[in-house]
Amino acid sequence: MPAPDAFLDVRDLRIHFPTDDGLVKSVDGLTFSLARGKTLGIVGESGSGKSVTSLGILGLHNKRNARVSGEISLDGTDIVNADPETVRKMRGRRMAMIFQDPLSAMHPYYTVGHQIIEAYRVHNNVSKAVAKKHAIDMLGRVGIPQPNRRVDDYPHQFSGGMRQRAMIAMALSCDPELLIADEPTTALDVTVQAQILDLMRDLQQEFNSALIIITHDLGVVAELADDVLVMYGGKCIEYGSAVTIFEEPEHPYTWGLLGSMPRLDRGVTNRLLPISGNPPSLINVPSGCAFHPRCAYEARTGGLGTTTVPELAESGRGHLVRCHMPVAERKRIWNEQVRPKLEATS
Amino acid sequence: MTESTAGESVATQTPTKEALLSAQGLQKHFPITKGLLKRQVAAVKAVDGIDFDVYKGETLGLVGESGCGKSTTGRLITRLAEPTAGKIMFDGKDISHLGTGAMRPFRRDMQMIFQDPFSSLNPRHTVGTIVGAPFHIQGVKTPHGVKRAVQDLLKLVGLNPEHYNRYPHEFSGGQRQRIGIARTLALKPKLIIADEPVSALDVSIQAQVVNLLEDLQNELGLTYVVIAHDLSVVRHISDRVAVMYLGKIVEIADRESLYSNPRHPYTVALMSAVPVPNPRRREANQRQRVLLTGDVPSPIDPPTGCRFRTRCWKAQDICATTEPPLVVREGDAPGHQTACHFPVADNEEVAGRTAAA
Amino acid sequence: MVAYIIRRLFGAVLTLLIVSMITFGIFYLVPRWAGGTANDLASRYVGRTANPEQVAEAAHGLGLDKPFFVQYWDWLQAIFVGRDFAFGATQAHCPAPCLGYSFIGRNPVLPDILDRLPVTASLAFGAAIIWVIFGVATGVVSALKRGSIFDRAAMGIALGGVSLPIFWTGLVSLVIFSYTLHWTKPGGAYTPIEQNPGEWAYSLLLPWITLALLFSAAYARLTRAGMLETMGEDYIRTARAKGLRERTVVTKHGLRAALTPIATIFGLDVGLLMGGAVLTESTFSLPGIGKYAIDAINANDMPKVMGFVIFAAGFVVIANLIVDVVYAVIDPRVRLA
Ligand SMILES: Nc1ncnc2c1ncn2[C@@H]1O[C@H](COP(=O)(O)OP(=O)(O)OP(=O)(O)O)[C@@H](O)[C@H]1O
Ligand SMILES: Nc1ncnc2c1ncn2[C@@H]1O[C@H](COP(=O)(O)OP(=O)(O)OP(=O)(O)O)[C@@H](O)[C@H]1O
Ligand code: SF4
Ligand code: SF4
Ligand SMILES: [Mg+2]
Ligand SMILES: [Mg+2]
Repeated sequence: MPAPDAFLDVRDLRIHFPTDDGLVKSVDGLTFSLARGKTLGIVGESGSGKSVTSLGILGLHNKRNARVSGEISLDGTDIVNADPETVRKMRGRRMAMIFQDPLSAMHPYYTVGHQIIEAYRVHNNVSKAVAKKHAIDMLGRVGIPQPNRRVDDYPHQFSGGMRQRAMIAMALSCDPELLIADEPTTALDVTVQAQILDLMRDLQQEFNSALIIITHDLGVVAELADDVLVMYGGKCIEYGSAVTIFEEPEHPYTWGLLGSMPRLDRGVTNRLLPISGNPPSLINVPSGCAFHPRCAYEARTGGLGTTTVPELAESGRGHLVRCHMPVAERKRIWNEQVRPKLEATS
Repeated sequence: MTESTAGESVATQTPTKEALLSAQGLQKHFPITKGLLKRQVAAVKAVDGIDFDVYKGETLGLVGESGCGKSTTGRLITRLAEPTAGKIMFDGKDISHLGTGAMRPFRRDMQMIFQDPFSSLNPRHTVGTIVGAPFHIQGVKTPHGVKRAVQDLLKLVGLNPEHYNRYPHEFSGGQRQRIGIARTLALKPKLIIADEPVSALDVSIQAQVVNLLEDLQNELGLTYVVIAHDLSVVRHISDRVAVMYLGKIVEIADRESLYSNPRHPYTVALMSAVPVPNPRRREANQRQRVLLTGDVPSPIDPPTGCRFRTRCWKAQDICATTEPPLVVREGDAPGHQTACHFPVADNEEVAGRTAAA
Repeated sequence: MVAYIIRRLFGAVLTLLIVSMITFGIFYLVPRWAGGTANDLASRYVGRTANPEQVAEAAHGLGLDKPFFVQYWDWLQAIFVGRDFAFGATQAHCPAPCLGYSFIGRNPVLPDILDRLPVTASLAFGAAIIWVIFGVATGVVSALKRGSIFDRAAMGIALGGVSLPIFWTGLVSLVIFSYTLHWTKPGGAYTPIEQNPGEWAYSLLLPWITLALLFSAAYARLTRAGMLETMGEDYIRTARAKGLRERTVVTKHGLRAALTPIATIFGLDVGLLMGGAVLTESTFSLPGIGKYAIDAINANDMPKVMGFVIFAAGFVVIANLIVDVVYAVIDPRVRLA
């Protein structure tokens, strides 16, 4: 998977938190890479380690309570082992982040403009006046009407969609090469979500940055991502191009995600096909394949799923799957059993 | 789907239709006060004159964006809030202004499921106490004792009856939502109003709860009003769907009719905004998408005439002066009501992403 | 905003009226319910040897025989127009802002209190400066180094500091630093600032430190809790993600938000102290308002006590008002709501 033109290269990333209840293995051996101008979608349910991964890439974990190991290299610079000051200078300038809830992610006491100016000036040696001009310019670019007036407003005076636009303006103010959006539209209405996704797509083309979009909404992934990484229990369980993941998924968990989701572009299915059980605990991760307690196909691997962790193995070109079932059997189950049920309509 | 088949499918259902709940001209205005004497200077017109029926045994979906008045509508029809104007008929009786005491017998028949499975259960009570509370409050006799009744309910919603003595924090989000559902089922209600029952849950868990709601409806003959902002979930679960915008119902129809032939420009925009989980259709979706500009106006001072006109690409002069009535348009399926002067036609080229700007 | 301030002012006046009415009731009504007559009350002011006629005359001259609400009204009115009293033959005048007249000391209450205000103000503000700097700094460092030895030691001491009564710490420090080591001045040695600023500070050093210790402990704990909460906020993560220096993140983004509730409490605490740091002043025998109140209570001089209560309540109410307005200025969400 590591592409030669990779801009971001993550190898065997592990982020563990020692807590009173035990070691929380939030991210446990994650490997992926991303080229400039490309978009990676990371999906997975709550607690699967998506946010912890993104904070890790920005080097935002506190050394005192997080154990980070492995390698994260951004254009050749290793973030895990670099000194904090080097990483700080990269943050905001070379890599930036957009968060889920734009109201709580902005400081309530400072104006929107002030917060963008601050982000710009920390990396660019310019006067306040120049930075303010830049902030107004950025607000205009993300589609805020009357930016020279709104620049002096406080975050709470903006609507939800405008706040997220302002967050994007702030993240893009230093023209970063990597942009990570952690659930950027989850808190927004669907019509506003459409606007924001559209904006992100346009801006990515304009800036040619690498984009990681983290979400639990497969629709959002399908709209934006070139490649998709499915996480479960801190591990990547399936990786492939967006078309592969939506049309030829091979991991039972991915099937479950697709079956759980009602779709507007199809007829109404009789019944959703949920995944039984509950998400795993990250302290006592189930032995073997972390998904085995919820997996309907666990018996097919003769108990291997309960004892041995499956490797993330190549199943087709650029398609990686972490499952003990033989590739042919997975393809057969998908084509003969799962896909027909997903497409069945009443 | 063509209109004639839509018409037929509705027609076959018509004879069995009997309204369990009916709202007429329902309004809720929250006063805004100001100044030294706290005079009322304005009102949040959260719900501003809506009419709809809920038929026995069906599921009515209520969709719309944040703040359009969905929850307020839910609170009005369960009479957790008193309407400012209008009438609510439940099972043939007018309950619009009944006091707490007079409402009590009706409370058994209508129950509410809330969005947040974490804050809606008292953390200091056991599951048994929580699910059994309605029996005590309403003074209901249970043939084999309350404990048996509660354990039967737990089984019904797919929980282990042995969980009787556990506390809510020992359960996951999906399990808590099941506890909440078990509680609402205790008194065998006729109508259940579910306000965003799955939006706080993970996708895989959402599907479990949606299936559970459907199974219970089939088994117990329940009537649902499901409030949600997720159009796909609403389509999956509802028989009929009402679309709200700024305190008004702008379109209400049979599910099939609404999703295949949306008439109101807002409904069209709303549906086209839903991301489609098909990466191959990405470009096509983007081209067809109607991108609304601007924000939803304030419910304190909504636009005159049609409330959607400030963001509508079809607006004409009449839209600013005359409020369009919610009526069935010629050629539409029976019961497909739209509040628009210029409804979107079947194969109309709707504004793409540039034209809507 | 203006309407808000006016409404708050109305509220403040109303609060003072209610406080005064209740206090007045306690001092003038409760003794009567307990069976005391107007003459019993008056007998305190005319000396032991007075005969019943003199007592009755005094009771009448002081208005003690009037109905409660008339008495209260007379008292209230005096604040605006002043009042005359008669003790038998002698007449006394209490000029316009009349908060009462001490029949024992034979002088109006307010000038006495105002005379003592500089002492109390010196004590309160000096201590406040020390405890804010010291308490907030300790709290911030503790929060940033949570779980460290510094944190645990500081919080341990703070817990002790909060629970030790001031008369105990005051006396112990007097014994050690003043009487034994002779580093500081003994109790009761107050020098006004206009006489000699150096002496003034020197004379107040021990009371300041003792009082500040108590408040520092509370403020350190408050600041620590506030900082821990704020540093966990999403906007702090955003600030770091922007690449800001940790120092900027902590001071500009963290501390600014964490200090808002502390500023509120600070205003109220200073307001409270301005009405008399009763324990500290009596422990160190400082001639401030608190000492005045204690003396008045010991002497059973009700008009003095009454005047003190209203004066102190006034400070608390004013502090409250200022705090609310300041809060609205600090937090734009409140200001622009
Ligand atoms: N500082 C921490 N200390 C201990 N555990 C942590 C810490 N931060 C995160 N975790 C745990 O790591 C796991 C992964 O968290 P993460 O926030 O990455 O989930 P996520 O995939 O982003 O989920 P969501 O969709 O809910 O945002 C969670 O179980 C969380 O409790
Ligand atoms: N108690 C109240 N006092 C004043 N205004 C209120 C009150 N409750 C609701 N509102 C206002 O009424 C409008 C409709 O609110 P409601 O909660 O019904 O919206 P909703 O459609 O349920 O939105 P959401 O999807 O965000 O839950 C909003 O503008 C809201 O701010
Ligand atoms: S390894 Fe076994 S348990 Fe895990 S997903 Fe594959 S079949 Fe299921
Ligand atoms: S009535 Fe006019 S403004 Fe309203 S939706 Fe229809 S066309 Fe648009
Ligand atoms: Mg997350
Ligand atoms: Mg709601």
